[in-house]
Amino acid sequence: MNQNPVFRVVAKILFAPIIMFGLYVQFHGDFGPGGGFQAGVIIAAAFILHALVFGLQAGRQIISARVNLWMMVLGVTIYGAVGIVSMAKGGLFLDYTALTGSVGSGQHIGILVVEFGVGLTVTSVMLALFHAFAGFVEDRDK
Amino acid sequence: MIEQLAGSWNYIIVIILMMTGLFMVIARANLVKKMIGLSIFQTSVFIFYISLGKMAGGTAPILDGNPDTLYSNPLPHVLILTAIVVGVATTALGLALILRINEAFGSVEEDEIIAAKASQSLARPKRPTSEAAE
Amino acid sequence: MVSLVIDIFLLALLVLIAVMVVRTGRLYAVIVMSGAYSLTSAAIFVNLDAVDVAFTEAAVGAGISTVLFLAAMAYIPADEKPSQNRNFLAGVICIGAGALLLLAVMDLPSLGDAMAPVHQHVAPRYLAESGSALHIPNVVTTVLASYRGFDTLGETIVVFTAGLGVLMLLAGATRTNRVKADNRKTAAKTAKPKTNKPKTAKPKSATKTARTKA
Repeated sequence: MNQNPVFRVVAKILFAPIIMFGLYVQFHGDFGPGGGFQAGVIIAAAFILHALVFGLQAGRQIISARVNLWMMVLGVTIYGAVGIVSMAKGGLFLDYTALTGSVGSGQHIGILVVEFGVGLTVTSVMLALFHAFAGFVEDRDK
Repeated sequence: MIEQLAGSWNYIIVIILMMTGLFMVIARANLVKKMIGLSIFQTSVFIFYISLGKMAGGTAPILDGNPDTLYSNPLPHVLILTAIVVGVATTALGLALILRINEAFGSVEEDEIIAAKASQSLARPKRPTSEAAE
Repeated sequence: MVSLVIDIFLLALLVLIAVMVVRTGRLYAVIVMSGAYSLTSAAIFVNLDAVDVAFTEAAVGAGISTVLFLAAMAYIPADEKPSQNRNFLAGVICIGAGALLLLAVMDLPSLGDAMAPVHQHVAPRYLAESGSALHIPNVVTTVLASYRGFDTLGETIVVFTAGLGVLMLLAGATRTNRVKADNRKTAAKTAKPKTNKPKTAKPKSATKTARTKA
């Protein structure tokens, strides 16, 4: 979409580091500032940058609309599933201690998985929002 | 007096910002400006919550192992953190509605939409673009 | 003391930006200013010890939200039209409500008061337990995902639902539309090479036709 070589080179250089930073924020959220919500937005920003510079079609080749929708669903499902599993293990809904039986490891695993679900949902929703707005007329004209 | 003003400065500014946002929502006919007014209102509420959670001499609620450290209240942070992300999602929903309104009435100005709606005698709005061409 | 001065300055800046947003009619300028507004408020959050919130506000408010508004602006007239003057009525309502709220502010504890009711109830327990029992230093994460996990599940579902709503409104992700889109796709396949090329010019020309038709 944008033929300016500066944009293209900078976008290519930044794409991977932004995603890596997002993953760091996602999985380091226990120890420093960060978590699923922030990480989701940062990773979505990387894909939005890619789509802004290389065009919506190129963005859709990485993550298609169908996959994007399933990612949205999967994130919420992962979150809910953690609750169901902890109920199956004899605890209350979303009682992570029941996952392994000990407070330390159970809470750690539960929080990590739940934050992953949040991150997945937020990433895919933000991406879907951007594609819905940017591709509004294009979709209707097809 | 100065002491008291400094202590409630955050709240005063929050109220000014809140009223600015409310003013935009009421006085401006443009739907996009209404949305931005709403987001100004929303941010003022965020600042209010975070100001309540501030503890004098405290630091960010990330434990450093020292029992003497004072921390600010983490609870408002959690509420606002999620509210921001929910806020952008709902703002996007409002924007999507604005785009659809623009498609149906050809305008995003409240007055023109009401006029167009009246002239259509409350009939179901016809879509001017691709559907008619089909 | 320094933090208080920064706080006062940034909040004044925020009011300045908000007033400029109200007075500007060009919507592109308004959107960029609202991005600046978000970034300034993120700085205020850092100053008030809410690093996680500042992180989110900077990424969401100044980043994604601005991009979404700009993307939507491709289909909307770029200038606000002068309209029926309701400034007086709105001003009276806002000043009245603001004065009442200012009266209520008198009763609030001053900023940073350690004896304020907010700091007495559950927060001390969260701060104590998160380190000793859960061994997770970031208390915001523990409260978000563990103590108030049910809340966060709800918030995630709200984000998900809002995303679905936008998809239904804009991308036509409803069942009836999908049938139509399939028909359209097969019809468009014969004439495809033409429609795909002038991508950059497309949104603007399309909005123009939509505007003139209506």
